[in-house]
Amino acid sequence: MTTDQKLSNPPESCGGSGCGTRREFLGAATAAMATALTGCGTLSKEEFLQRNFKELSKQEVLDVIARLEKEYKAKFGKEVKVANTQPIPGVIFGYALDLSRCIGCRRCVHACVKENNQSRDPEIQWIRVLQMDKEEGVNVQHADAYYNPEEVPQEGHFYMPVQCQQCKKPPCTKVCPVGATWRDKDGIVVVDYNWCIGCRYCMAACPYGARHFNWGEPHLPADQLNPNTHYLGNRPRPKGVVEKCTFCIQRTRNGQYPACAEICPTGSRKFGNLLDKDSEIRYVLENKRVFKFKEDLNTQPNFFYFYGV
Amino acid sequence: MFTLRNFSGFLSDTLRLVTKGSRLYYAWVGFLLLLIAIGAAAYIGQLNQGLIVTKMRDQVSWGFYIGNFTFLVGVAAAAIMLVIPAYIYDWEPIKEITILGEMLAISALIMCLGFVMVDIGRPDRFWHIIPLVGRLNWPQSMLAWDVIVLNLYLLLNWFVVTYLLFCAYTERHYVKKLVLPLVLLSIPMAVSIHTVTAYLYNGLAARPFWNSAILAPRFLASAFCSGPAILLILLQVLRKTTRLSIKDEAIFKVAELMAYTMGFNLFLTAAEAFKELYSGTEHVVYFQYLLFGLKGHTTLVPYAWASILCGLAAFILFLVPRTRTNWVTLNIGCVLIYASVYIEKGMGLIIPGLTPDVLGDIYVYRPSFTEIAVAAGIFAIGFLVFTLMLKAAVPMMLGEFTITKGRASSGETVH
Repeated sequence: MTTDQKLSNPPESCGGSGCGTRREFLGAATAAMATALTGCGTLSKEEFLQRNFKELSKQEVLDVIARLEKEYKAKFGKEVKVANTQPIPGVIFGYALDLSRCIGCRRCVHACVKENNQSRDPEIQWIRVLQMDKEEGVNVQHADAYYNPEEVPQEGHFYMPVQCQQCKKPPCTKVCPVGATWRDKDGIVVVDYNWCIGCRYCMAACPYGARHFNWGEPHLPADQLNPNTHYLGNRPRPKGVVEKCTFCIQRTRNGQYPACAEICPTGSRKFGNLLDKDSEIRYVLENKRVFKFKEDLNTQPNFFYFYGV
Repeated sequence: MFTLRNFSGFLSDTLRLVTKGSRLYYAWVGFLLLLIAIGAAAYIGQLNQGLIVTKMRDQVSWGFYIGNFTFLVGVAAAAIMLVIPAYIYDWEPIKEITILGEMLAISALIMCLGFVMVDIGRPDRFWHIIPLVGRLNWPQSMLAWDVIVLNLYLLLNWFVVTYLLFCAYTERHYVKKLVLPLVLLSIPMAVSIHTVTAYLYNGLAARPFWNSAILAPRFLASAFCSGPAILLILLQVLRKTTRLSIKDEAIFKVAELMAYTMGFNLFLTAAEAFKELYSGTEHVVYFQYLLFGLKGHTTLVPYAWASILCGLAAFILFLVPRTRTNWVTLNIGCVLIYASVYIEKGMGLIIPGLTPDVLGDIYVYRPSFTEIAVAAGIFAIGFLVFTLMLKAAVPMMLGEFTITKGRASSGETVH
């Protein structure tokens, strides 16, 4: 017997064939878990154990919302309303964007950020405006998203804003491993920020670059916070989850236009109820030359591009 | 009762085996622990600040972590390369080394799960993806399928290895009726883990580089090159350092099988490249970015060609019987094919799949220091798991260390 041997007496609780191995691994995993919990800020037991939003009872939803409102008040020092407005029966939202009118001013981009409480640092934008060559037509390989001239529009170019196309067959919701994102009854594709695990599979699946990840802790100055929020929309987001355009769910489910449509100085953006025969969106679809972006992928967007003039 | 008591003896003796070794063994384990510590420190930084410490961004939303994950799924799947001839054709020389293949699979799978874990933005929500506990989007999501098959494959291999070693330890012959069906099951399981992982990319119409019908066959072909390459080198090390007798015949047979899969892998790669480059549709940009560079961005070009040239050179070395049976050229071939597949199924698969992005933007991705440090830590965990398993398994397999033998002479080391 050597002293080595005494030292190497196994603990009784040890299990598994690669005993030291598994102990190591479990130890590392527990440590990683513990740091993960602290690494993600003040994570309450309630938040940690919260179920998928679709599985919550009415009372549980109210409790979750009350908890979030309390958290946001503590964080931002002002009242934040988190709504859970349901889809309006008989409504499926549609959007149409007039490529012959858009001048690429990006007012929609910034109105969107302001309305939807995106992180300002690092800055997240839900709309990407592509400057394209008129000679090339709609061809993303000839698109420039970083154009920055003195004045727009530039000669020989047209502008194509791209945001979530609210597909009828969304590839992003199909691939989500945990069902943290889905298409609601009014056609809006939403994300449960409290259930998303941040694997970013949806970002790989989306053909429109519509999904954005909170790579760092989102920074949103309190004075720039929009306090009218929706659970599935513009409420302040945590680090490490995916977010996207929701057609301003907090506005449109209350009968308002999305912020991007409201701000557009050229009237390029048309929004409405696809099921309402008298709506402007239906007029556009029935009377203008309309196309869907990347139609060959059969994602069946409820977002259309058209040429108004 | 006896079995239970024997099993606890098996466990404590296993621990005794892995904690005692030569100086070289301690140095190696110490080195791995150091790498793990460095990786853990980097990972803690990532947890605190978020994945912004990586170079991944919205345009290239997967990178080094997922590249390594994909490569290692291939290594895990390749264990069956050895299982198939051993059990189906009852070919003795390979049979004794299949257990090593299974242990390699276990280590590779642990690394795979590690790479997934460090890639997700909310590791605290890991439980959401656990079947029955969380809310798995099965059967829709290929990632849900992957979670299931990877964990089942891990459990299966773990059980078979543990059972075989326990039998060797207790000096009993294993029950063939139990082992054979499980080993046979591991063959389709191994194919399935790699197929499902390929489908994970394959099913995305948004990414034409991955949306190709021969992606899964290419995954399998390349896996059957890289996985056995590791084993061939390992087998040579083991027969030098232990009393494990592995016949030349077995090594050369594996090498011969590898030559066929290498040829097939090159053929599939060429078929894919031909289709894209010759037809020259708008989807050709991803191959262009990989092979020639695009709009002045040539980051991947040297790696892509290095991968192709290494693959070709290794193929020739393995194809020609003289170089295949020469230890120097054989080992050079192993290193070359490993490097080739590591590039091809790692960064060479992930990055051109995402660049240019879906709106034509070219974001040049290179892993950050954090990503490299975390990856080194995970590789070190895998190597450590493998080392410890080997340390305990080899003397048991040799019958040197059993319930009746070895305990008294446990001062003796195998390394």
